[in-house]
Amino acid sequence: MLSSFLLVPLLFLIILNLPLKIMQKIAFWCAMLLVAGQAYLVLAHPAGFWDRTDDWANFFKLKLFADNLTYVLLLSIGIVVFTSLFVAWQTIEEPKRRMNFVSLMLIALIGMNGTVLLTDIFSLYVFLEVTAVASFILIAFQCDLKALEGAFKYIILSALATMLILAAIAALMLFSGDSSFASVSEAVKNNNGNVIIVSAIAVFLCGLFVKAGLVPFHAWLPDAHSAAPTAVSIFLSGVQIKALGAYTIIRLVTSVFGWTNSISNLLLLAGVVSIVIGAFGALAQHDFKRMLAYSSVSNMGYIILGFGCGSPIGIAGAIFHMFNHSVFKSLLFTNAAAVYNETHTTDMDQMGGLGAKMPISNATSLVGILSAAGVPPTAGFWSKLIIIMALWQGEHYVYVTVAILVAVLTLAYLLVIQRKVFFGILPEHLQNTKEAGIGIVLPAVILAAIIIGVGLFFPVMFNSFMIPIDNFLK
Amino acid sequence: MNNDMVLNSVLVVTLVIAAVYTVMTPRLIHSAIGLAIASAILAIIIFKLASSLAAVFELSVCAGLISAIFISTISLTGRITPEELTERQKEHFRKFGVLPVIVILVFVTLTIIHHINPNLLTLNLPAPPAENNVNIILWGSRFLDLFGQIVVLLAGAFGVVTFFREK
Amino acid sequence: MTGDMSQMFWMYSVGIFLLFIAGLYCVLATFNLIRAVIGIELMIKAVTLFIILAGYITGRTGLAQTFAITLIVIEVVIMVVAMGVIINVYKHNKTLDVRTIRNMKG
Repeated sequence: MLSSFLLVPLLFLIILNLPLKIMQKIAFWCAMLLVAGQAYLVLAHPAGFWDRTDDWANFFKLKLFADNLTYVLLLSIGIVVFTSLFVAWQTIEEPKRRMNFVSLMLIALIGMNGTVLLTDIFSLYVFLEVTAVASFILIAFQCDLKALEGAFKYIILSALATMLILAAIAALMLFSGDSSFASVSEAVKNNNGNVIIVSAIAVFLCGLFVKAGLVPFHAWLPDAHSAAPTAVSIFLSGVQIKALGAYTIIRLVTSVFGWTNSISNLLLLAGVVSIVIGAFGALAQHDFKRMLAYSSVSNMGYIILGFGCGSPIGIAGAIFHMFNHSVFKSLLFTNAAAVYNETHTTDMDQMGGLGAKMPISNATSLVGILSAAGVPPTAGFWSKLIIIMALWQGEHYVYVTVAILVAVLTLAYLLVIQRKVFFGILPEHLQNTKEAGIGIVLPAVILAAIIIGVGLFFPVMFNSFMIPIDNFLK
Repeated sequence: MNNDMVLNSVLVVTLVIAAVYTVMTPRLIHSAIGLAIASAILAIIIFKLASSLAAVFELSVCAGLISAIFISTISLTGRITPEELTERQKEHFRKFGVLPVIVILVFVTLTIIHHINPNLLTLNLPAPPAENNVNIILWGSRFLDLFGQIVVLLAGAFGVVTFFREK
Repeated sequence: MTGDMSQMFWMYSVGIFLLFIAGLYCVLATFNLIRAVIGIELMIKAVTLFIILAGYITGRTGLAQTFAITLIVIEVVIMVVAMGVIINVYKHNKTLDVRTIRNMKG
């Protein structure tokens, strides 16, 4: 019943917007139940759900498809949107705005679920736009000037990316009969080396690089992710750039465009440049959320670098790092939300010594930073290790050196965050801060538990994880 | 066939001139009207390319609705005095004056490339389709796109509620 | 593909490319927010024409028109959201000069 991932959120959206008094009270809980249900369905994997014939999809002639890559993404989407809704329940006060937020988040959920489930390049464009429109409005949600500037920059660059993607789709339609993945990939295979097809693929990949926030098209990411309200930053950095950028690149290159040497080199180069520029950009920041945004650019670079190797181990590392980055980046942004909620600033130079006043945020932030830097026994260590191993096996020794050096740099700038915000001396005006509310602390604890759990149990899960990836490639 | 080619060339040249005018004119309202004219010319071209339904959409939505939205936004966001206008004109032509030159240069380069190598764009066309009626395709095999359009329109509605609220 | 159609394809492609360049230049070189959106609109027109042209050449006018209609609907919604953002910026700042809102560096 794959179509229920699209139809049930729409149903919830319509019901929750009926003008009844009770809807305002239960809106957040219904939406959180829905996404928790999505995460549960992927984890428990009841055959009764996944193997049942899809009546709605046959009725509407939708062609949806899910394999292991889709499952990982559906799980990430469920976890991150749950966190984002929980933090928003705590931080957004006005009742009318709360209803708007839930509705927009449900629309973004429909968009992302659609992107990961479909098998048609034009429908891919449509659902990319659905998520993008929901994100524009969410970024500018509180209508303050910084958020409007970030949203506008994102609108312009996202529209540019859309133009490139559509131009590539039109060029590919000159050769293929239908716009589904199967017929486009056959057209690409039959017309190997044609000038139009090669340039169409290059332009398509450039458009997807903009959506994923890779260098040199990352200019919108620090502004949009740091100016957005904290609950929205969690959603953006946690899953939106991955479902829209990294997933589409992986799916299109493996299923539609086919591996060539030049595509592999392009991905490796884009990955390594993003890693370096993201890390150096993060070092120069004084703002908590901006530093985390640059770190997102750097980690997207790691994902694309792992994918660019082309070997099963590289792709497994990339997919695992997608999941890990969703979890630890959401955790770090949740801590930023906690700090912002209590101190009303994100400028790290004005903070210090909050660790004594906010012990839970301190502990979870430490777990998140260790995972982001790739320190054992957290989950981030395993995914970075797998990516570096894949690079070593592919004999890209220069890239291995760069990746390891930047990993050390990552640890450095992340420890700067921990030191400046939580350790050190508590300044005068922050004497009265207390721990953030339950809506922020509880998701942080859950995410930290996931990081430690996956990190500890990964050697046990390794076999059950690698075999599905192998099947995915065949 | 020669008349047809002449008509096509005239339409394309007019479209490019309208677009360049849209960019080059320093007054915003003239720019919005230039956009509407370019949409109208585009609708005629689309109609000539055997796509009548899309031409109607383009004409009514782009040349009509979008121009109306642009003009209302432009009038809502400020008026300028005549001194500011002349000042802005000079600055505008300084920045944008190079555009017609770029356009002509690119056009000349592409024409030269075409004369050197006329077979640069070789196409291997797919088989002709079984069904060519827009309604049947849209409601029959592309329902997922319709679903996406409905959700985008809902998102737009929520966006309007978020942005245009009374204090 | 006949010679005539090849000639027409090339001519329309050149026109589309020039339209795209005009729109791109408008977005890159302007200091006014509304003009940036006008540039985006010009680029969207170029891509719409490209989709219809591809449909005409391959004979699949039905599919191409479906794409173009979907594109136009989505474009209108994006435009309305962009106008919403612009009007709110004007409410804050009383000007649409983008130099005054370049608060965030890099």
